[in-house]
Amino acid sequence: MPSPISAGVRRALPIVLGYVPVGFAFGVLAVKSQIPPALAVVMSVLLFAGSGQFVIAGLWGAGVGAASVVVAVFVVNLRHLLMSAALAEYLAPLKRWQRFLFGCELTDETFGVHIGAFQKGWQLATATLYSCNVTAHSAWVGGTALGVFCGELVTDVRPLGLDYALTAMFLALLVPQCVSRLHVVTALLAGVLSLGFKIAGMGQWNVVMATVLAACAGTCLLARQNRRPPEEHA
Amino acid sequence: MNFLAQHMELVWCIIGCTLVTAIPRVLPVMYLRAEKLPPLLRHWLSFVPVSVMAALLASQIFYYNDKFDPTPGNLYLVAALPSLLVAWKTKSFFGTIIFAMLLVAGARFFGLY
Repeated sequence: MPSPISAGVRRALPIVLGYVPVGFAFGVLAVKSQIPPALAVVMSVLLFAGSGQFVIAGLWGAGVGAASVVVAVFVVNLRHLLMSAALAEYLAPLKRWQRFLFGCELTDETFGVHIGAFQKGWQLATATLYSCNVTAHSAWVGGTALGVFCGELVTDVRPLGLDYALTAMFLALLVPQCVSRLHVVTALLAGVLSLGFKIAGMGQWNVVMATVLAACAGTCLLARQNRRPPEEHA
Repeated sequence: MNFLAQHMELVWCIIGCTLVTAIPRVLPVMYLRAEKLPPLLRHWLSFVPVSVMAALLASQIFYYNDKFDPTPGNLYLVAALPSLLVAWKTKSFFGTIIFAMLLVAGARFFGLY
């Protein structure tokens, strides 16, 4: 039985594989976008937001004003509102300041591994939550620092397949989520909507819109299924 | 101080972005009482994890080199299919990730992509 802290580090391992190279790429891009190295690292410490930080670097490099950048980042981050709400039930035993600290390090990836563990019946251990989040956060900051200060040293992570680490992780997290036919239908719908919105050019909105609509569809189908008498079940 | 004064607008931008990043992450988990929500909303929330992961995954595997690519030329998509099968059959979290990464690395090593 590993200690709660090492269990959290272990939980963060696939995230680390993905965050170091992506953080590195952010560091390289930040320098190219006229963001001073120290401030790029500060961003990774304070924000800890992959897509948000790429939006900042892209817009800042293009000379967009600060207020517009903040609005764009807010839109990208709306999906975390939903993730935070979905975790609320499981984290209810924690004190409010503990939930605040946890929320500060909520990313797509930390959400994924924690909700996956809770759904498998994992017994809440606060040390595991934090050690996982801090490990992932450190990998993100470390990757950024490497990219900012030694961007020219590393060439390409693609031969190692590291650019696929986070995608592979979501894939491995999604499959156990599909516990019923209803969940499979909801997942397919979310995927199609997300793609459709992205192709239609709704860049920053696609994930949050697809999630809201697909969850509505899942809820409706569930309600209909529950209304039907049991013998009609296919 | 001179450094901060020199980059004043960027510093304010980072402060603003920190707030709009943290607020959506912390508010629900701090103040939402799941047990007090109406059942319909709780059911809706129970579909959020599967939906959000599928939405993220779909937009990752159908884009290759930053372009929408539903063809066999898209390595991310091609690698996802056997990886889904491995995830489903083995139910192994780390096993699936390692399999998928090896597939991508291997396809490149052998010059297929």
